[in-house]
Amino acid sequence: MADRKAELIIIGGGPAGLAAAASARKEGLQDILILERDTRLGGILNQCIHNGFGLHTFKEELTGPEYAARFIKQIEDEKIPYMLDTMVIDISEGEGGIKIVTAMNPKEGLFTIEGKAVILAMGCRERPRGALNIPGYRPAGIYSAGTAQYYVNIEGRMPGKKVVILGSGDIGLIMARRMTYEGAKVLCVAELQPYSGGLKRNIVQCLDDFDIPLLLSHTVVDIKGKKRVEGVTIAEVDENRKPIPGTEVFYECDTLLLSCGLIPENELSNKLGVKMNPVTNGAFVNESLETSVPGVFACGNVLHVHDLVDYVSGEASLAGKNAAAYIRGESGSDGYLINIKTENGVRYSVPTTVRTGNMPDTLTVRFRVGNEYRDTNLAVYLDGKQLMKLPKRVMAPGEMEQIILVKAKVNEILKDSDVSEHEIVIRVED
Amino acid sequence: MQDVTIIGAGVTGSAIARELSRLDLDVLVLEKESDVCEGTSKANSGIVHSGYDAKPGTLKAKFNVEGNKLIHELSKTLDFPFKENGSIVLELEEEGRAGIEALYERGKSNGVPGLRILEKDELLKMEPSVSSNAVCALYAPTGGIVCPFNMTIAFAENAADNGVTFKLDTEVKNIEKKTSEDGTNYYRLETSGGIIDTKVVINAAGVYSDVFHNMVSEYKLHITPRKGEYLLMDKMAGDLVKATLFQLPSKLGKGVLVTPTVHGNLMVGPTAEEVEDPEDTSTSAEGLASLFDKGAMSVEKLPRLTITSFAGLRAHEDGGDFVIGEVKDAPGFIDAAGIESPGLTAAPAVGAYVAGIVKDILGASEKKDFIDTRKGIPSMALASDEERAALIASDPAYAHVICRCELVTEGEIKNAINRTLGARTVDGIKRRTRAGMGRCQTGFCLARTIPLLAEALGVDEEEIVKSGNGAYYIEGKIKDSL
Ligand SMILES: Cc1cc2nc3c(=O)[nH]c(=O)nc-3n(C[C@H](O)[C@H](O)[C@H](O)COP(=O)(O)OP(=O)(O)OC[C@H]3O[C@@H](n4cnc5c(N)ncnc54)[C@H](O)[C@@H]3O)c2cc1C
Ligand SMILES: Cc1cc2nc3c(=O)[nH]c(=O)nc-3n(C[C@H](O)[C@H](O)[C@H](O)COP(=O)(O)OP(=O)(O)OC[C@H]3O[C@@H](n4cnc5c(N)ncnc54)[C@H](O)[C@@H]3O)c2cc1C
Repeated sequence: MADRKAELIIIGGGPAGLAAAASARKEGLQDILILERDTRLGGILNQCIHNGFGLHTFKEELTGPEYAARFIKQIEDEKIPYMLDTMVIDISEGEGGIKIVTAMNPKEGLFTIEGKAVILAMGCRERPRGALNIPGYRPAGIYSAGTAQYYVNIEGRMPGKKVVILGSGDIGLIMARRMTYEGAKVLCVAELQPYSGGLKRNIVQCLDDFDIPLLLSHTVVDIKGKKRVEGVTIAEVDENRKPIPGTEVFYECDTLLLSCGLIPENELSNKLGVKMNPVTNGAFVNESLETSVPGVFACGNVLHVHDLVDYVSGEASLAGKNAAAYIRGESGSDGYLINIKTENGVRYSVPTTVRTGNMPDTLTVRFRVGNEYRDTNLAVYLDGKQLMKLPKRVMAPGEMEQIILVKAKVNEILKDSDVSEHEIVIRVED
Repeated sequence: MQDVTIIGAGVTGSAIARELSRLDLDVLVLEKESDVCEGTSKANSGIVHSGYDAKPGTLKAKFNVEGNKLIHELSKTLDFPFKENGSIVLELEEEGRAGIEALYERGKSNGVPGLRILEKDELLKMEPSVSSNAVCALYAPTGGIVCPFNMTIAFAENAADNGVTFKLDTEVKNIEKKTSEDGTNYYRLETSGGIIDTKVVINAAGVYSDVFHNMVSEYKLHITPRKGEYLLMDKMAGDLVKATLFQLPSKLGKGVLVTPTVHGNLMVGPTAEEVEDPEDTSTSAEGLASLFDKGAMSVEKLPRLTITSFAGLRAHEDGGDFVIGEVKDAPGFIDAAGIESPGLTAAPAVGAYVAGIVKDILGASEKKDFIDTRKGIPSMALASDEERAALIASDPAYAHVICRCELVTEGEIKNAINRTLGARTVDGIKRRTRAGMGRCQTGFCLARTIPLLAEALGVDEEEIVKSGNGAYYIEGKIKDSL
């Protein structure tokens, strides 16, 4: 017997978890519980005090905490229960597909919660130095950009004064500006790829406006300093991303910030046996954002890394809505099964399958490209028939792309087909 | 006047201290770093070798086999992580079979129990991930894996619980042989913390042990630091192999090992490169790249799941063997020098042996109240749900997660700080509890560990260091320098 019960258990109280909860409630679901390991709701947004959030959702520029506050208010107004300081350590399936979530907090100790459906909304973490294989010493002064952001924005402390940033992910770009504002000297941002990993607007507003050089096709090849960072050596890389001998330049600095990619935090999903997409490190999901384990949904950065929180909120609302339908027993799977295949520059898609019986009138499919493309097209085919061909001036790995599938159009092509499985292909074309 | 002073709180010095703490003696350990286990003992393969490798008749062979037996026992009495996972030496080329047979014979004459030659079929049955190039292998069932930090810390803590004093952040600068008025010999140690006079000196200074030896003896030692680099991989790769896989040295070089660690990660290493600077523990691009290629010779499907890399320094003495014993022309000065591999395995045996020498020199007697057990820090990650509930009942801080990757709680961190020889640095917490050892490598827990340390030590967060003086994390408040 579990210690508690809730029809819908949401793991993570960041923007994804909050939007999912609010939307499930809008669908009439009463018995919801949000579990959050931090001491407040809002997730990573709490430390993103810069503005630029909510342009799509609210048509205004909010800071991270302001954006989060709008969703937290909905949770409070709707009296949706949540537990803070509560770490989920396990999810398993019991008899009849019932979900059992194990969590702990200092007030209640270790406890289990039984639920009908679970929404995974655990966000993501930053790739560490070791995973980047940067040689050299291992002194203090090497931080993930997010850790530095926490120190500066939450604690009001400086992690260093003379900074080199490796990786042009958005957090790194934001931190280049933040550290400069707070009195540090940012020497440069080095990026291994020939293109930036972050949003164009962040490069302009966070680097160009402060004369911070962005060194594309460069990487850190050595770290000096036995106790604290004393400097790093940066070299140019060739087309195989291998350092070119003779191009090394030494930068004297006391801090190296890493902004080299985010990895969805799927330890719990893995334990549960959810099937993972090796490209996104997030779950494979269908049109309802349901994972390979029925009744377990995923949204936000735990599903795939987003650059804009607005998209997180939208996606999460859909997950909340679908979880509510699942609990009501309304997720029949009649209709056809469509597998979405990505190729020719398109790296992955979310979702990867569509059950036409559950498809909404319009379904957004999100994905990223693997390279920088100029003046190309995005082509989408269903069983070889072109559904659309969208001209694209620029596409880059740092900016998420999307297409919208229209149910009526899909049905028109598939109608009367006596094959149960079909295929949609998304690709970059000239 | 101090009875005994040990230079160096690595595994050797700590094991000696622990054995000496059985005796009625005033024992002092001097360590230049801010914690025990900051030298080679923190950066090695963590293998408890079975003993087939060392040349018969050497000190390495003798202490390896004895040490292996002792660690099996001590891991229980002193509560540190150890697992007898077995060692396998792979022969990857047909012509090398003779090498495996020679190793088998060597092991037998060293007294290694249970050795067996595995043919390909049996090998692949035991270790399905092993490369199909493997021809045959030597299997040593008593080989094991240990947490080198917690073993060293366990020895040191138990020594301290039995009255040994540890002076950290204290560097020995010079040693002088002295004679007192009554004609007895003693040694004067000049340290960063003042002068210390002592009847017996034990030189367990790792890569610096030749320096101290040479200060008192005409028979010079010479140590060359030999660097070994490693890749440590995510726990997702941890069950790729069960045993520790070695490669038989061949014309391609010494080979690297692929092993699970006692905590369930996968480790590949070490390289071997002589260096000048005895503090040069940097890793290199070439080293790390070569490790992957060499590891893939043992396990073809080696995944690219590195979470960190590191390097350690072997204290290689020119003679090729451990140098252990009272120095001929320096009575009362005892070497435990040139302790390269299998020094971790040998440590408890070396400890007992050196304590025996001291006992004879000083005519010491056994203590009656010696405490021979020590309890480690509980681990929420490893505990059963019942044990977890009990820990939380004892202190709700055990329900407050600080390190998400390794599931380490505030309770464990407080325990690590508040115990005998408790952690004073972020690395000290990391090695005692595993907070920060997981796949995000402190990205999450750093900002949570620092305040706990600062509070417990009664200092500002700015004072908290990674591993010792100068290894600070925080440089003042925002806008300070505007
Ligand atoms: C530094 C940074 C800067 C950004 N800048 C912008 C920007 O300028 N504009 C923009 O639109 N977007 C920006 N984003 C993106 C946006 O903030 C994210 O996409 C959004 O926060 C993701 O929401 P989420 O809920 O999926 O994840 P998170 O916000 O990470 O929330 C996940 C929550 O789950 C909790 N959790 C995880 N595991 C557990 C567990 N086991 N038990 C209990 N709780 C758990 C976490 O504590 C966390 O609160 C930025 C992101 C970052 C990291
Ligand atoms: C790459 C590599 C792999 C290895 N793998 C294994 C293995 O798998 N199994 C195995 O059994 N062995 C292994 N070894 C060997 C083992 O790690 C060492 O033999 C052992 O750790 C040596 O311990 P130690 O205490 O003698 O030296 P250290 O751990 O180096 O301790 C010496 C201490 O002395 C201190 N010190 C030095 N100078 C001073 C001074 N002036 N004043 C005060 N203090 C001082 C240092 O700070 C240090 O803490 C390996 C070694 C290496 C390098």
